[in-house]
Amino acid sequence: MKLSKEGEKMQGQDLCAAENRGVRELGAEKLVGWDEVQQGVVINSFEGDATDIVHKKAEERVYSDFNSYTATVASWRVQKPVFNMDVCIDCQNCWVWCPDSSIISRDKQMLGIDYDHCKGCGVCVEVCPTNPKSLLMFAEYTELETALSGWPEKTKKEEK
Amino acid sequence: MAITSLKNLKEFSTNNDRFEGAHLLCPGCAHSMIVRELMNCSDDNLVISTNTGCLEVSTAVYPYTSWDTSWIHIGFENAATAIAGAEAMYKARKKKGTLKDPDAPVKFVAFGGDGSTYDIGFQWLSGAIERGHDFTYICLDNENYANTGGQRSSSTPVGATTTTAQAGSHSYGKKEKKKDIVAIMAAHGAPYVAQLAPNKWKIMAQGFQKALETKGPCFINTVSACTTEWRFDPKDTIHVTDLATDSLMFPIYEIIDGHELNILYRPKNVIPVEEYLAAQGRYKHLFKPENKHVIEAIQKEVDQKWEMLQRREEARI
Repeated sequence: MKLSKEGEKMQGQDLCAAENRGVRELGAEKLVGWDEVQQGVVINSFEGDATDIVHKKAEERVYSDFNSYTATVASWRVQKPVFNMDVCIDCQNCWVWCPDSSIISRDKQMLGIDYDHCKGCGVCVEVCPTNPKSLLMFAEYTELETALSGWPEKTKKEEK
Repeated sequence: MAITSLKNLKEFSTNNDRFEGAHLLCPGCAHSMIVRELMNCSDDNLVISTNTGCLEVSTAVYPYTSWDTSWIHIGFENAATAIAGAEAMYKARKKKGTLKDPDAPVKFVAFGGDGSTYDIGFQWLSGAIERGHDFTYICLDNENYANTGGQRSSSTPVGATTTTAQAGSHSYGKKEKKKDIVAIMAAHGAPYVAQLAPNKWKIMAQGFQKALETKGPCFINTVSACTTEWRFDPKDTIHVTDLATDSLMFPIYEIIDGHELNILYRPKNVIPVEEYLAAQGRYKHLFKPENKHVIEAIQKEVDQKWEMLQRREEARI
């Protein structure tokens, strides 16, 4: 892929100008190759002003095309976690230990799993403290209803 | 500093993530758990630099970035130098009055793996801490060069097999001791130095907050279980970290101003290191009869270290 005209114009400009323009202005469809990006170019995570981003939830943010939030790693999964709302006690263990920020939690409540970013590692299932577990791993092709209908019953503790 | 409440996990979970998913770290990697927790424990603007390593190559794969904060990567060894430069520039511009929002709270954080902290970036880190910049350096210690295929680093513990210190008929893996980076950094006189683990989320978040609040250079060594090179199932990351802290292979403690040592977590039931070693593929060869003495040596070493930490805590010197 060759640099667009605007990209050529950017060559030789100082760092601050490149900072202001970013790679974004080149447009995603005219994206330059990774080896053609000149030094000092800034990739913006958000569109527009990102000053108060820490107080905005994912759905309120305006992500740019360069934020990995807009990408997906769903194809990595062989197994997927399924969430059963009836058993969940909202302890948020799964939220704090999810390595892929894939547990959707709002107002202290666990709402579900973000399957675009989940890699199916199964950490959430392991740290779930309920009995039976409110998260279980199923094969990727299992349908949600099938998974929920076959949920295991509460198991009694084995007497020693 | 806008501190996030750590009263309980429910309140902590109301934070909005600033580290996005769809980065390319292995499934079950502890790196992202640690990074997420650091970014959630404060509302301040963060300026972050990262050494080359798993974290850097996986979170900034062109054209994507997983960071919702200012983030910079320069070279393998100089996250500490980069963040020191950024901090110095921030101070200078604040003095000159050229900052857009001079009252906004800004914190400077550097991340590095154990390869770039214990070995390659050691001199740079030492220099930045000596110069006294106001930053927090966090080492994600997974005990090998995981990004390049699991070579030995000076953080690899005795007995572990790596691609460059392989166990076989003539060797039981790495023979040299692990470098005690926490003690080295405390010896610099840094105001806050700690060793933390992601399985104790509250202790870790409190440690991070303390480090961010403290003026001056702070160093934190975090245990980051590596599913690929430690050879365990991705789902067991937290379980293996539990074993690491409960067997005292990774004691959790802090050192304030280079002398005041506090143990932050005392396991109720201390388990033998054998259990921790058995959970990982990299120690499999130690369970052969001819290598039994290595396990005994590791246990002895761990007991001595724990004894030393307890005595230092008592002595307050």
